[in-house]
Amino acid sequence: MDDSASLKQEKESQEAEDAERPGEEMTAASSQDPEPESSEPVESEHGPETGPQPGSSPPWSPQSRASAPSDGLPEPGAAPAPRSPQEPSSSPLLPPDKQDPAAPSQSDRITRVDPEAGTPHSGHLEQIPDKGESTYEIFQSERKAFGRSQQPKPHLYGQRDASYNNSKQKELRFDIFHEEDSNSNYTLEQPEPGISDTAPSMLEIAVQNAKAYLLKSSSKSGLNLYDHLSSMLTKILDERPENAVDIIENISRDVKMAYFSKKLDTLQSENEMLPIYEIAEKQKALFLQGNLEGADQELEDEIAENSLPNVMESAFYFEQAGVGLGTDETYRIFLGLKQLTDTHPFHRCRFWGKILGLEMNYIVAEVEFRDGEDEEEVEEEDVAEERDNGESEADEDEEDELPKSFYKAPQAVPKEESRTGANKYVYFVCNEPGRPWVKLPSVTPAQIVIARKIKKFFTGRLDAPIISYPPFPGNESNYLRAQIARISAGTHVSPLGFYQFVEEEGEEEEEVEGGRDSFEENPDFEGIQVTDLVESLSSWVHHVQHILPQRFRIHPLGQHGYPQISFLNMLLQSFDPTFGLEHTPFPMAESLKIST
Amino acid sequence: MDAESLLLSLELASGSGQGLSPDRRASLLTSLMLVKRDYRYDRVLFWGRILGLVADYYIAQGLSEDQLAPRKTLYSLNCMEWSLLPPATEEMMVQTSVVNGRFMGDPSHEYEHTEMQKMTEGDRVFEEEIVVQIKEETRLVSVIDQIDKAVAIIPRGALFKTPFGPIHVNRTFDGLSLSEAKKLSSYFHFKEAVELKDKTLLEKADLDPSLDFMDSLEHDIPKASLDIDQEDMEQADGHN
Repeated sequence: MDDSASLKQEKESQEAEDAERPGEEMTAASSQDPEPESSEPVESEHGPETGPQPGSSPPWSPQSRASAPSDGLPEPGAAPAPRSPQEPSSSPLLPPDKQDPAAPSQSDRITRVDPEAGTPHSGHLEQIPDKGESTYEIFQSERKAFGRSQQPKPHLYGQRDASYNNSKQKELRFDIFHEEDSNSNYTLEQPEPGISDTAPSMLEIAVQNAKAYLLKSSSKSGLNLYDHLSSMLTKILDERPENAVDIIENISRDVKMAYFSKKLDTLQSENEMLPIYEIAEKQKALFLQGNLEGADQELEDEIAENSLPNVMESAFYFEQAGVGLGTDETYRIFLGLKQLTDTHPFHRCRFWGKILGLEMNYIVAEVEFRDGEDEEEVEEEDVAEERDNGESEADEDEEDELPKSFYKAPQAVPKEESRTGANKYVYFVCNEPGRPWVKLPSVTPAQIVIARKIKKFFTGRLDAPIISYPPFPGNESNYLRAQIARISAGTHVSPLGFYQFVEEEGEEEEEVEGGRDSFEENPDFEGIQVTDLVESLSSWVHHVQHILPQRFRIHPLGQHGYPQISFLNMLLQSFDPTFGLEHTPFPMAESLKIST
Repeated sequence: MDAESLLLSLELASGSGQGLSPDRRASLLTSLMLVKRDYRYDRVLFWGRILGLVADYYIAQGLSEDQLAPRKTLYSLNCMEWSLLPPATEEMMVQTSVVNGRFMGDPSHEYEHTEMQKMTEGDRVFEEEIVVQIKEETRLVSVIDQIDKAVAIIPRGALFKTPFGPIHVNRTFDGLSLSEAKKLSSYFHFKEAVELKDKTLLEKADLDPSLDFMDSLEHDIPKASLDIDQEDMEQADGHN
């Protein structure tokens, strides 16, 4: 708070000097300092009386002046009580560290106030009631530490005391220095202005009072003016800004803010759990899991052979055509699929594709269960039926007033059995590779109908409601499943002859439709020339049954009049009607037959 | 995507399923360099690909110093030879709005559209059917323009405006922080500002005139027509 630099110089120069000269130097030094606003009024006030005496008072008085007007500030005067441990220098109780210039300079002044002759001091001090004794003791210790020449006149302090009195009488709380209110002290001192014998002691006391006042901690912020001023002045001297007087308030504010920022630093948590870290953790688990499974090599090979095709290889071929997800992502998907197949026994599993959503995306795997391992879907339908019955009964009961409505909703279209038709495959989805896979429910014809009519973005959450007109029966998982069914039905193609019907013995004469449900790879398939595949679409056929508009049954597909779907660069020509499957081509008419 | 960082940007955009085969990528790299040299562009951007029945169009755009000046658009069928497209006009937009369906892939293909036009001959007024021919090239131009106006976005801070007018790439732009990247307001439409003048003075007071000279995405109608996809861990993609 004091001009540590200048004071140090003064200390050194002071040794055997006149009392006044150091005072003058200090004055000069202080006037050089960037505290003119406080020193000026002081000087003007003390000018007429004190003349060459500014002495130690100006350095003091600026602070006192500053403190006097600052009485109004939210720092009610208090004793130099719980001083922040950061400023040990300000505590004169502590052994005066010569390292810290503030304390010694402070005590310097105090000691300077003392005249060299100890007796008048002690005599005067003894006259002061007990309350002042502690002050005296401290004082003595300081004097012993620094025997310095003393400084002038107390009536300066007397003057200051007057101002102090007015301000201090209201709000003083001393603890270390003064046990009770100092009013009595002041009243004692007041009738003694100008007495040179008692002057030093008055000066001391006044200084002590002043310092105590400055050290009073604010009840609001825990700071005290002494420390604040000292740190402010330190900062100013370190940085030496231009026009410091103009920005002194800003500096003060910055210093105050700086007190608090330190605490925040230590409280800030080091580890931020960003969402990307969480995703990375999950994906790391994916990679590691692959290694763990290495123990059971045989089992793994067997499963892997059956279920998972070579995802990376297919991705490579698609990439040649310009369709793909990028190598990294495909690899992660591959690991995710592997995780899926390790946990569930599938007959076959395939990466179906990726569906983009607003918040999150879906990665879809098409899975075929082994024979005999059906999922339990039957429950849902039973529940639905019971509900329908219950509702109709309730309606009939209420009926006396309202006319009975004869409307009977058309019977819900029966769902297809699992593993047939549109429900031939089961689909699992996950939002990201590494997240758990969720099985999608089977699709009902009603859902497909409505899914044809609406167009909604996927949000990425399977339980999101679908609000649309016509109202969609189900939530996003059903909608997703319906769209997947439609896409599959429309786009699964294979080269002509790749698949053939499974021929069942003895039942060929029955409905041909029954036999169409299953097909398998044709072992005799020799492959078609690539040029043939490219030039005309007649070599490609849909091997998945097309979903008919009535969707009561799904009918095998003979041909259909859709314009071609070119998902490979190779298939670029207009579409030709194509045969069904090799053995039994059958005409258009049959394929459009609707059965119930 | 900047021609210089093409491969990296392609990787990032691959999450949506659209990618380029390795041969196309390689040919793009070389041909875009040549385009930049020949046409003397400051930056060449690979705009994308428009799928057609017979062939696909690969589109690139060249920018001069001023980033917001109208861009020159080029197209190519094989990623090696590029041809300049004429700039889009209002008239073109109106004309091509009647054409629906897929692109053929042949730039000289002409769509036929029959219109009823009133002809007056003397005293009689009758309608005649007129068949209007619309070239595929025109349609291409207007479609590209529409897409640009709707979805070309740029993050806040990537471009800045100098007092003299031209708009420069901000070399000190480091990317958006994670919290900023999640907000729609940190992205702007990459075109001349339309809504900016209508903002109240209070809103304008918060804006920095050197950075906020384009329309933000926040006020788009319908809301959330553009959503931010955080799938990619290192950066955020913006997609429709």
